[in-house]
Amino acid sequence: MNLITVLLSFSFVMIALFLSAGFKLGLGRDLLVTSIRAAIQLLIVGYILKAVFGFDRVWVILLMLLIMIAVATGNAAKRGKGLPHIFWNIFLAITISEAVTQAFLLGLKIVPATPQYIISISGMIIGNSMVIANLFLNRLKGEINMRKDEVALVLSLGGSPKQAIYPVLKQSIRASLIPTVESQRTIGLVQLPGMMTGQIIAGADPIQAVRFQLLIIFMILSAASLTAIILGFLIYPRLFNKDQQLDIAAWK
Amino acid sequence: MNQPEISFQNVSKSFVHHNETVRVLKNITGEVQKGEILTIIGPSGSGKSTLLSLCNLLITPDEGEVRVQGKEVREWNAQELRRRVGIAFQSPPMLAGTAFENLSLPAKLRGKELENPEQYMEYVGLPKNLLTREAKELSGGQRQRLSLARTLVNEPDVLLLDEITSALDANAARGVEDLIVRINRERHTTILWVTHDLAQAERVGDRVFLIIDGKLIESGPAREFFAGPQTEEAKQFLAAKRESQ
Repeated sequence: MNLITVLLSFSFVMIALFLSAGFKLGLGRDLLVTSIRAAIQLLIVGYILKAVFGFDRVWVILLMLLIMIAVATGNAAKRGKGLPHIFWNIFLAITISEAVTQAFLLGLKIVPATPQYIISISGMIIGNSMVIANLFLNRLKGEINMRKDEVALVLSLGGSPKQAIYPVLKQSIRASLIPTVESQRTIGLVQLPGMMTGQIIAGADPIQAVRFQLLIIFMILSAASLTAIILGFLIYPRLFNKDQQLDIAAWK
Repeated sequence: MNQPEISFQNVSKSFVHHNETVRVLKNITGEVQKGEILTIIGPSGSGKSTLLSLCNLLITPDEGEVRVQGKEVREWNAQELRRRVGIAFQSPPMLAGTAFENLSLPAKLRGKELENPEQYMEYVGLPKNLLTREAKELSGGQRQRLSLARTLVNEPDVLLLDEITSALDANAARGVEDLIVRINRERHTTILWVTHDLAQAERVGDRVFLIIDGKLIESGPAREFFAGPQTEEAKQFLAAKRESQ
């Protein structure tokens, strides 16, 4: 696909822009900014990836992963603004999920240890973990506000902060994983996953593409669960003060 | 005089509300002896509930000291303190699950089984067959009794009661009140009881605290206080209250 074709595909956005203007939806600016932004980001990433793959050095790959995790963490940390050490807690949760998953993939030689595989797969793991961290923090805050009395009750009966927050934590972890689990349920029946579609378009055997997609699904499920659980257990002590009182006043 | 069960020494507490600091308690000094029932009265929002929550460190004082059995609350292990100083609220929160699951919660928190749930039910005047019912389906009076039974599972030395009868009808309220008095007599449990019902405060209290606008206006033996309050504020408060009740 050459650059001209890509520019032509921009006409799809023009359709949306005309519709937005016609129906006065006020989406024009957002659509335009999003499209241009996506184009610039992806083009830059394309060139960076090309360079990284060319280098084929371990430290370059690690640096690339570090940047990816840092950006994902920065995004998710906004949801926990005001909580102490929130950045590092999320950073650790995503890093562990990424490390464990990659250790399996590379250790069992499921995928070859080349930059192409490591970085593309990491993108999926880290991106998903970021979404999970976002969903988890959002849900946790809502659950705590809704169930403050319950937490206070357990504390007042001599329960530890962990005992008091555990049911809330459990509910938030489960809820944050629901979209991931649900979206895998209809996979292939409604829509073909992006990566599989890409492989098929690029000429791969559909059976091969499916096998690879299965790997990705299992990997994403495990990384998502890991992120939510690790983040949950790292974060709960920050929700209490030294006198074992629930204290989330600083959480913006 | 013996060491008081609970003592307040120059206690103050402020909360930030809509970016404004509100001083809820101002230099409270007073004490409660073991086995006494102290009733705490005063207008709504005068800081009575805050004073209760200071006693088991659900809230931390900003200034001054709160001592339980001679030890400052912040020196206690919080979990140990909260087992010894139990609290019951106006609308007792119930966890999802049966009455039994709620009743046995304090034992479960210590990693133990509750061996004699029927005895607790009987003690607070609830039929045993309610144990298998969903706690959230119980009536207000039943929930309040269950919540008291749940607090008693920890065998507390002190009970903090926050308007526990004010959401109940007269009959149920009187039943719960009698139960508390019995707990006090039989177990020598020290009781701090916030109530807006003056007649109740007079009936059950050995001593009384009148708190207005965060300040301890008057304290003393209940009988003397209600027969002849010393301060002008107390006289006005009692007169206004009696007129409205």
